[in-house]
Amino acid sequence: MSIVRLRVNGSTHELDVDPSTPLLYVLRNDLDLHGPRFGCGVGQCSVCTVIIDGTAVRSCITPVSAVRGEITTLEGLAKDGKLHPLQQAWIEEQAVQCGYCQNGQIMTAKALLDRNPNPSDEEIRAAMDGALCRCMTYYRVQQAIKRAIRATAAKGEGQ
Amino acid sequence: MSALTFPSEIEQALCGLDSTSRRAFLKASGALVITTSFGTIPGANLLAAEPAAAPGPYPDPDFLQLDTWIVIHPDNTATFFVGKTDGGQGTGTAFRQMMCDELDIAYDQSRLVMGSTDITPDQGGSGGSDGVERDGQTMRRVAAEARRVLLEMASSHLGVPVEMLAVANGIVSLKSDPAKRVTYAELIGGKRFDVSLTGQNVDTATGKAPVKPVNELRIVGQSLPRYDIPPKVDGSLKWAVDMKLPGMVHARNVRPPFAGAAVERIDESSVRDIPGFLRVIHHGNYVAVICEREEQAIRAAKQLKVEWKRPATAPFPSSNELFDYMRRVTPTSTSQPQIQGDPEAAFASAKQVIEAEYEVPFQGHTAIGPAHALADPSDGQMTIYSNDMKSYGMRTGIAKFLGIPREKVRVVYMDGPQVYGRTAADDAGFEAAFLAKEMGRPVRLQWTREEETAWDTKGPPYVFKLRGGLDEHGKLVALEYDACALDYNHVGYNEPDTVLIAQLMGIRRDRPTPGSAAAPSVMYAIPNRRTTTRVVALPMIWETPLRTGNLRDPNGPQVTFAFESFIDELAAAAKADPVQFRFDMIERANEDRVFRKARSLAVVRAAAKAYGWEPRPAPRQRVSTSRDEILTGRGIAYTYRNNTIVAVIAEVEVNRKTGKVWTKRLVCAHDCGLAINPEGLRHTVECGMLHALSRALWEEVQFDTEKVTSVDWVSHPTLRHSDTPESIEVVLVNGDPNPNRPDLPAYGAGETSHKPVIAAVANAIYDATGVRIRRVPFRPERVLAALNAAMT
Repeated sequence: MSIVRLRVNGSTHELDVDPSTPLLYVLRNDLDLHGPRFGCGVGQCSVCTVIIDGTAVRSCITPVSAVRGEITTLEGLAKDGKLHPLQQAWIEEQAVQCGYCQNGQIMTAKALLDRNPNPSDEEIRAAMDGALCRCMTYYRVQQAIKRAIRATAAKGEGQ
Repeated sequence: MSALTFPSEIEQALCGLDSTSRRAFLKASGALVITTSFGTIPGANLLAAEPAAAPGPYPDPDFLQLDTWIVIHPDNTATFFVGKTDGGQGTGTAFRQMMCDELDIAYDQSRLVMGSTDITPDQGGSGGSDGVERDGQTMRRVAAEARRVLLEMASSHLGVPVEMLAVANGIVSLKSDPAKRVTYAELIGGKRFDVSLTGQNVDTATGKAPVKPVNELRIVGQSLPRYDIPPKVDGSLKWAVDMKLPGMVHARNVRPPFAGAAVERIDESSVRDIPGFLRVIHHGNYVAVICEREEQAIRAAKQLKVEWKRPATAPFPSSNELFDYMRRVTPTSTSQPQIQGDPEAAFASAKQVIEAEYEVPFQGHTAIGPAHALADPSDGQMTIYSNDMKSYGMRTGIAKFLGIPREKVRVVYMDGPQVYGRTAADDAGFEAAFLAKEMGRPVRLQWTREEETAWDTKGPPYVFKLRGGLDEHGKLVALEYDACALDYNHVGYNEPDTVLIAQLMGIRRDRPTPGSAAAPSVMYAIPNRRTTTRVVALPMIWETPLRTGNLRDPNGPQVTFAFESFIDELAAAAKADPVQFRFDMIERANEDRVFRKARSLAVVRAAAKAYGWEPRPAPRQRVSTSRDEILTGRGIAYTYRNNTIVAVIAEVEVNRKTGKVWTKRLVCAHDCGLAINPEGLRHTVECGMLHALSRALWEEVQFDTEKVTSVDWVSHPTLRHSDTPESIEVVLVNGDPNPNRPDLPAYGAGETSHKPVIAAVANAIYDATGVRIRRVPFRPERVLAALNAAMT
């Protein structure tokens, strides 16, 4: 065990854990952040996705000791009590069935829009391809991403 | 353990009662612990409540007491308690809509608790898409009864006959003088109804009040947003997988590396130096490791050295040999042939006879979230926190499995990954309970990806042989249907002698379930028919990862693939338009009690109209004569499941160079009667279709002669974002065209749209290329090989 320092959703935490522990278990079990979930443990499904300094990262295969920078989890997307435009769009499109994978869908979409605010349909499909959903909500997830893009653009024009 | 805790809103709602009577009230009324997520209650935060330790025993909530179902709180809100679960199709929202409508309370004044065995009446949990169709009707009746009782109370309170009263949003007022009013809360808030219901069982439980006629329903029929979605997208919902308890430890299973393997020796020293290591627990061939922390348990499960002994003979043929094996092996059961008319004579006089065989492999659930449960053995009871869709069955099964009284076991239902039949036989709950009993501490267990994909229950593989005879007018006059399913020892439910841990412990039931092979569901008039079905078994039926179970409409997609593909082959042989060919056969059929004929015609017509179907025979072109790199085609398939009728049209693009099939467009016409929440229904229909599209294009369990080899998302591919159609259209045909349905029934809709999609895609591939793919899945290499074969 050793002391690991993490910055998550604006707070700093010091934890005494084995440095090889995957970030996922520290977030879930030590910090009670349940947005990222276990899906595969081998970085194939995106269910465990968090954003570290703007990049979507699979927390199930990221040793906690390797983390540098600010971690954002699903719980950290809302600002000042207001949902992120993606979360709002997800609700408006009702883009969820069971919801277990939706952390991966939303966080992957967030990383996409942060680097490319106006992706084409093709770019959305390509960027989201690693975010798996076994309820098959893909169609509405894509609609929700497009809705969030429109909402953000409309807000930008209004300012 | 901690004392009772309640969500603050419930706490507040019950503040009018002193603590003793509150507890008695809650216990009696079933509101002992609130464990699920809540919708938006005015003035209340969204919250996911802490499941609380309530010392048992846990007697069955009495379904013949109104208080078991409905509690009216002092703030004029209601909590509904129902014995169902929601696998993500929005049935919880639908149940609330149905009950609010009957109770005459606003949707936002209600909340719902589902599927926790100590506080909700046993409606069996979920399965068979009958939640709205059957169980929802009981919910409506009890809510109507509560309204009746409240109106009688209001009548006394206001001193006027019931006929002079109006009620809306939980407020009863005089029709003649709306200022004279009393709320439900003022009449009964925080108090018991103490009203008995009648009925032989929970499905017939009823009060004296009739339910409202459909034309008086106001909340039913609205596309209200699902209450569970906001806490699922902001991360605030507490799922079964998130449950933690003081003193909890983590477990992981160590599975046999091949089917039928027996433990010879376990070297515990191989894991003893792992920090946090607590124990290896094994019983027979069931092995698990327990550690303080989750990542430690994962490491220990990988590191534990176990010597396994192979079985004397190979447990099964490889997946490459599966269909040959199924054709060759002696069946475990064979149905009596079902014969209508004189098929032999009809075939003898037929102008054209065609035959085809179809194959569907094992397909798994492969849930996105591997199986999990937390079991708590505190206070001499056993509580299992689980997403089991059939929590009541799990409770009974675990009580039997552990040999403890049923009253000491409860299952607290919480949200989880998609179920579709998988958690009807919830292995993880049994394992967690067993380990918790052994440890004397709460144990949380989750399966690994590899374990889930290899060892989950699977949809049965099928081999079909069809033969059809057309007369000189191209009319189908004779049909032989033969289906063989590998389904012996089907593990459908939470049974203490069939769940995986029981099998690995060496528990065997005398008579394995016989399994079944199904016949198609269509309204086609085919005058001469012969239907035969057989069930076969693998050499090893216990302790094997190739266990069949209920996978979303357990036989429907396989059977409909074969049958509706063959109907398309017949239409092509008859040079008939595939829609018209089906339509004509439905038109010649007799009507039945649920108007399946008229509704089938309406559904097929609506699908064709929505698609813009231009009549012509298939194929549109042949790969051998077309020069296009991308070949486009369309295909239809029609079926019903119970009383719900569906037709799906797929439009595909086939890449002749890669064999890749992209389903560009899906159109579904769907009739499930009354739609409780049309948008929620549409989304479930969409996802049901895409789930089947995944089965059509990608999914197959692969194995060598001793283990499953498709164990992750690379070796077991699934549909992805890039496979998603450009357009999905769902047309709800409900209600049309039957004037004789005065009180439009609501039929189940969770599985029907899943059923015909594989066939629709196969038919579209044929239309695009002239090549018929008779083996699922249609992965690029298979399609390419078939296209190339057609070129020579």
